[in-house]
Amino acid sequence: MATYKYHILVCGGTGCQASDSAGIIENLKKELEARNLQNDVQVITSGCFGFCEKGPIVKIMPDNTFYVRVTPEDAAIIIEEHIVKGRKVERLLYTDPETQQHISDSKHMGFYQKQLRIALNNCGFIDPENIDEAISRDAYLALGKVLLEMTPQSAIDEIKKSGLRGRGGGGFPTGLKWELASKSPGDEKYVVCNADEGDPGAFMDRSILEGDPHSIIEAMTICGYCIGAHVGLVYIRAEYPLAIHRLKIALDQAREYGLLGDDILGSGFSFDIELRYGAGAFVCGEETALIHSMEGHRGEPTFKPPFPAVSGYLEKPTNVNNVETFACIPIIINKGAEWFASIGSEKSKGTKVFALAGKINNVGLIEVPMGTTLREVIYEIGGGIKGGKEFKAVQTGGPSGGCLTQKHLDTPIDYDNLIAAGSMMGSGGMIVMDEDDCMVSIAKFYLEFTVEESCGKCTPCRVGNKRLHEILDKITKGEGTMEDLDNLKNLSKVIKDTALCGLGQTSPNPVLSTIDNFWDEYVEHVVDKKCRAGVCRSMMRYVIDPEKCVGCTLCARNCPVNAITGERKEAHVIDQSICIKCGACKDKCKFNAIEIK
Amino acid sequence: MAKIKSLDDLRKVKSELQDKIKLRENANNPESMVQIKVGMATSGIASGAKEVFNYLSEELPKRNIDAIVTQTGDMGYCYAEPTIEVTLPGQEPIVFGYVNVTKANEIIEKYIKNGELVEGIIPKNYKSVE
Repeated sequence: MATYKYHILVCGGTGCQASDSAGIIENLKKELEARNLQNDVQVITSGCFGFCEKGPIVKIMPDNTFYVRVTPEDAAIIIEEHIVKGRKVERLLYTDPETQQHISDSKHMGFYQKQLRIALNNCGFIDPENIDEAISRDAYLALGKVLLEMTPQSAIDEIKKSGLRGRGGGGFPTGLKWELASKSPGDEKYVVCNADEGDPGAFMDRSILEGDPHSIIEAMTICGYCIGAHVGLVYIRAEYPLAIHRLKIALDQAREYGLLGDDILGSGFSFDIELRYGAGAFVCGEETALIHSMEGHRGEPTFKPPFPAVSGYLEKPTNVNNVETFACIPIIINKGAEWFASIGSEKSKGTKVFALAGKINNVGLIEVPMGTTLREVIYEIGGGIKGGKEFKAVQTGGPSGGCLTQKHLDTPIDYDNLIAAGSMMGSGGMIVMDEDDCMVSIAKFYLEFTVEESCGKCTPCRVGNKRLHEILDKITKGEGTMEDLDNLKNLSKVIKDTALCGLGQTSPNPVLSTIDNFWDEYVEHVVDKKCRAGVCRSMMRYVIDPEKCVGCTLCARNCPVNAITGERKEAHVIDQSICIKCGACKDKCKFNAIEIK
Repeated sequence: MAKIKSLDDLRKVKSELQDKIKLRENANNPESMVQIKVGMATSGIASGAKEVFNYLSEELPKRNIDAIVTQTGDMGYCYAEPTIEVTLPGQEPIVFGYVNVTKANEIIEKYIKNGELVEGIIPKNYKSVE
């Protein structure tokens, strides 16, 4: 067999597939065959590169050329120019937004320079549907080492020494969690992988499962050996069909190679993994609710203790870890706890994957060492705020987290700093907001989410959040009073103190943190009946400046509710009782005559 | 494929599979590799650059040399085609002209392996923009 001279990696993550990366792959293969190059060039469907903003991504190795926003029609020119003639296709290269220069090589892109990929090590590098590629990148070596050269306790000690903490949000030390489960008596035990990723805008776990499923299988097996379990369960939401598909393929391949099943690698240890599908309820990311859902009961949380380590799935000792936590395990075993502990900040070791979303130039998936500052993430990796607007806040930790502002930009990101700043790490969603976002509306958005997702078991969460939402709604409609603001604060505190599970206990966080950081905006809404971001429509009035209006009639013709009247070449007027505040008139006006008051 | 029955087995499988992905691994650390660019514009190809490119990309792995072989456009030395640019780790690039398969072999054996210069060096008259 001839050696391949080029490898073309095409992103096969959910994001890029939605933009027809499958079509790109098909066309690339066709073009190669037409030129009889199929033995010289290998086309690989890879996991997510993280640079979703510019997807679909096509990367050509060995020269590291990074093509962005590729369409299936571009396949011909890539083969003809790049592969046959050795000339890069300039128009498909990434353009640096500052210098306006084409950057051909991913190593020179600001997006990648500050990143350190541990959990995402293989994402965008291997074909996730091919176990051989994973093995060539050390997959299952850590498992072999643990099974044959280490005792369960020594492996647990290694994880403890590494300082790894749960990546699902809580930040509980992983090694300690394993130790508790291992010491907990029980004839049967279970390892559960929590892949019920539910924060709005978060897709870290999905990308890991889609890009490197073998790392999760390997880590769960290691965990099984450490705690004495023989069955692993992946609780994954049914909305992640591609991740499920790839995971199933990976499981089959691992079984075929004997890396799952009986007597793994001749160690005498047996382990297998099953999938459990969730219906996408947010609360099922909470471990007790998750376990109930797997048992076939309603996905409702129960009081802890007993912790799952003592009585979990089917009342047996159960260890639940998040996908990203598992993804760090094999590399810790392979490279050693010291290596892992040397990365990151004092109390938070290693790296963290974040899903960057919102008003940021480079929307995508990133992984940075703990201790990286928000400024580095937002401006250097994220490429700054879209449209050159002013940064206002970044929301971390999803519906349980809070907003961080300008003054927090230089805070090194780790578990403790984020909590001290009034937010939390959470699973890693980061939503960036600019001057056009109204913080009261943002708080309302998150409350809408928690009201929708509350399981309804306890009153503080079921009723309390509903009331919080009603008050916020009232404020955004310009009907709020100062008393409402006091009620918001008090009610939030009561819910935090009395709700049953993590969902309820943290659901008022977006309200409290926006009140803390953007008190002025709340007061403006209540006292001045004004929304500075121009989001709360009921408070806005579109008014035509008679000085500037030339009577071109364009606004009147575009108004969907005919609220604008006036003679040709004379100033027009908006009837406020009819206006629905859609803003169409303002967008259309060529003379800047329409103002928001 | 048969089951992997022991850790040694796994290590063996891994080392067998590694070559298939080597090209990508190397590309991740270009600075520590031998980098070769083969000028493959029309004049280069007409003079046999394709054979040289194929020869280099097949021979180097066989001789256990970690290298990145890419093609590039016209380097401007059409009188001396095929031309190749060789960059050893940490060194300035050197351009060789009139490279055929025999010459390529000599470049591998003498320059790449031992750093000995061989005949056919063309003074570089261009700068690359990184």
